[in-house]
Formats: sequence, C-alpha cells, structure tokens
Amino acid sequence: MNRNGPVALLCHSLFVIFMLAPLIVVMWMSLTPSNLLSLPTSSFSLRWFRAILANPQFVSAFWMSIVLGVVAATCAMALAVPAALALARHSFPGREALVGLFLSPLIIPHVVLGVAFLRFFTQVNITGSTAGLLASHVLIIFPYGLRLVLAALTAADPAIERAAISLGASSWTVFRRVVFPLMIPGVAGGWVISFIQSFDEVTMTVFVATPSSMTLPVKMYHYIEESIDPLVASVSTVVILLTFLLMVLVDRIYGLDRMLVGKG
Amino acid sequence: MAEASRSRVPLLLSLPALLFFAALLVTPLVMIAVLSFQSFDLATGATGGATLSNFADTLGDPYYHTIFLRTVGIALATTVLCVLIGAPEAYFLSRMRAPWRSIFLIVTLSPLLISVVVRTLGWALLFGRNGVINNVASGLGLTSAPIPMLYTIQGVVIALVHVAVPFMIISVWAALQRLDPKVVRAAQSLGAGETTIFIRIILPQIVPGILSGSLIVFALAASAFATPAIIGGRQLKVVATATYDEFLGTLNWPLGAAIAIVLLIVNATIMLTYNRLLERRYARFAQ
Repeated sequence: MNRNGPVALLCHSLFVIFMLAPLIVVMWMSLTPSNLLSLPTSSFSLRWFRAILANPQFVSAFWMSIVLGVVAATCAMALAVPAALALARHSFPGREALVGLFLSPLIIPHVVLGVAFLRFFTQVNITGSTAGLLASHVLIIFPYGLRLVLAALTAADPAIERAAISLGASSWTVFRRVVFPLMIPGVAGGWVISFIQSFDEVTMTVFVATPSSMTLPVKMYHYIEESIDPLVASVSTVVILLTFLLMVLVDRIYGLDRMLVGKG
Repeated sequence: MAEASRSRVPLLLSLPALLFFAALLVTPLVMIAVLSFQSFDLATGATGGATLSNFADTLGDPYYHTIFLRTVGIALATTVLCVLIGAPEAYFLSRMRAPWRSIFLIVTLSPLLISVVVRTLGWALLFGRNGVINNVASGLGLTSAPIPMLYTIQGVVIALVHVAVPFMIISVWAALQRLDPKVVRAAQSLGAGETTIFIRIILPQIVPGILSGSLIVFALAASAFATPAIIGGRQLKVVATATYDEFLGTLNWPLGAAIAIVLLIVNATIMLTYNRLLERRYARFAQ
C-alpha cells in the first residue's frame, strides 16, 4: 500500500473543505444573533432556533415529513421484503425484467415522476391528499429498501438454509429461524435509508404537495424562493443534525461505509 | 405439486409490489404520455384529441432550445468536473490506511444523505453578493467588486458538482476495489514512478468506473430541480424548472407533459446507448 504524497493530501483536504463548507456555513449562520445573514464571530445566539417554534408552518411541515417518512418507509419495506425474497431465492421467467421495473424509480427523473403523479392524482381526484403523497413516496423509496434487503439475502450462505432443511426444518421454521435473522440488518438499514430518502425528497414532492400536505423540504424550498434569512438556516441545521443522528443509527445496524459504497 | 408451488411462490411474494408499481408507476407514466398529445386551451385546459403541437413547440421553439441546450451544457460541465475531482479523490481515499479511509469515505459521501435543499442553501449563503466568499475575498483585499456567483451558470455547476460528485466517487471506488495490487507492485519493481503508475496502470482499469459514474452524474445534473431553481434563479431556467413553471405557473399541462416526456426519452436514450457501448467496449472486464 502506497501512501499519499503531499500534493495528494492537499487536494484531498481541499476536497473535504469543498464538501463540508456549505453545511458548516449553514450551521454557523444559524447561530447568528442578528436579523441579517452574517457569520457570527463574537456573540452567538439560539434565537433563530426558538423562532422555528414560533413558526407553525415549519413545525407542522417538520412533523408531516417525519410521519410521512416513517409510514412510507414501513410500507415500502412491507412491499420490498417479500419481493426481495422472491428475487433472491427463486429464479423464474421475467426475473430480470422485474428487477428492472422495481429499480426504475432510481433512473426516471424525479421531475417526470412529479408531473406524472400530479396528473394521476388529479384524474383520480385525490389531489392534495396525504394518501397520494404517501403512495408517491413509497414508490420512489422502494428501490433503496429493496437493494439493501437483496444485498443482505444474497450475502447469506444458501448452505445454511440447506442444512436447516436437511435437518428436518419446515420451510416456515427455515424462514423464521434462518432467513429472517440473516436479513434483519438489511431490513433495518433499508428502513432507515428509505426514511432518509423520503425525508429529503423535494423534486417530485414539490409537484404533489399542497398547503394541506406540505413536507419540510418543499416548505423550505418555497421559503428560500421568497427570501433567505437566518430562520431557514436554523431549520436546515435541525435537518443536518437529524440526518447525522440517522447516519449514526445506520452505521450501528448496517455499517455506513458499507451502505454508501455497496460492499467493501 | 412441488413444481407448481415453487413457481407460484415468487409470484405471490412479488405480487403486492408488482401491483403497486403497475398502479403507481405505469399508470401515471402512461397518463402523462397521453396528456402530452392533447391540445391546450387557456379557458378549458387540456381538451383531449391528439396533436403533436406540444412536441413541435418543445422541439421547435428557440425558447425551449435555449433551455434544453443550457441543461445539457450544465450537465456536461458538471460531469467533466466530477470526473476531474471525483476520480483522483477516490484514488486518494483508496490509498489511505484504516481508520482514515472509512472516516473520510463517510465524510465525503455522507452529504448525499442531507437534503438537496439544505446543501443548496449552503451554496446560496456562500455565493451571494454579501455572501461568505465575497466577504472573505474583499476582506483579504483580493477583489474590489463582488464576484457574481449566485444566479450564474458557474454557480449552478459548482453546486451541482457538490450534489453529484459522491456518485462519481462511489463508482470509481468500486472499480478501484477490483484492481489487483500485484500489478502495481510489479510496475514499481520495474521502476515506474507514481505518475506513470497512475496513468499507465490505474487509470485504464478504472475507466469503466469513471464512465458509469459519468452516466449517473449526467442524468442527475440534467434532471436536477432544486439546485438550478435556487442558485440559477428565475432567469436561468433548465428543463426541470421549465416543466415546473408550465405545470404550476402557466398551467399549460400538455406542454409541460411534452417537456417531461422529451426529458425522459433523452435521458433513457443516453443511458441505454451509453450502457450498450460500455458493455461492448469493456465486456472483457466483466468477469
């Protein structure tokens, strides 16, 4: 293994600064005591965090996003786990096409999905309903959950299952005692990553969210369109901290680097 | 009996997801495709019937030409920068020791998990006339007038590179993991220098990773919405923001649908041809 030379380390440091700068600036600016956007140097204040609580629109959008993320991630996993079992443990005609279909929300531009959902929900008369918002989120986060469960199932040694069967276990016992414990990290990691994807989604949601079903990123987007002030920086800081907490959670149950770069 | 149940099990297991996808992916996409062929009337909205006028407008109008060209230009510039920045960074990361390797992998990739709106807000704060970069530059006496960055193409590209470069790193990283370290050691023992090793040994082997990373980055940048909307402002429209304006601003849904369909087709065509070419060119790396 070679070491990185000084030039490489310099480039690497600049890159890390580039990646972290916008996040640090947001968090730093949220601590300003003044009414203007400025980086506080001498005095810091939490007034803009208290201001969030005085803004019912941000508070309700925050809870909307949390509840939506939890329910959508749970529904997506309820659909993805059986599908992953079918795809990982069986070979059948049309298997490849099915994988392609299930992963396709990853490659269809979200803006296209957004207009398609908007048209669909208008046609079936559920515009602005939470049910429509939920269904659209379940669809776009489904591939993330599916991939992690599939990875957990394919990484498991099929010989363990065969051993259980040869020892006389029924197929339900094999599932309950062998397959299920093996896929738990994938299911849990998939649930968290699905929640994060739902919680972050803006491009598709901006088309289907209405004032009565407003998620936090869409609310923030509309707010930033009008004006940028320290309030939206403090809301963003809350989002960054929450995401950070979830990353620690993923790291504990699945391994964050493993999830981000696939295997390795 | 065993045969029959075995073939029914996968179907039953994947049926809920399949029905869900048929209802919520296939149906809306078909609906939007149908809508793109309908004519539009200011008083009544979409009026049914079949017409190609929306596609003629989208593909023929210089206004939309500019938007499509700008989108492709932004996506290409973002892709090139992501290659130039992301590929070397993935290489540096792969040469780090534990625990630094995992730490910096997480530091450089985890912004992926933070909302695009938050990250774009960060760039807006950095870029503004009174933003952090201009304040620091004028404070150090480097500039006399503020450098325009917000509401410029360069600004949009920089922010998009920030959003997309983790995908390039992931892709190149995966290619680097497949390298045989013995080849590098052989080159070293034969007296090759650092640069020679990178250009002659490493680079040719990670080209597939760079190319598939480029594909993801390009698709992402070409269909990005929040970043060009916030950093580019109302003037610098791209395809995604133009679609949004047709749907929620001027309410010309059939035209918006046509723009979205063109975006989908262009994106899918680029992805499929590029993938086909990659597979043909690098089939020998596949095993």
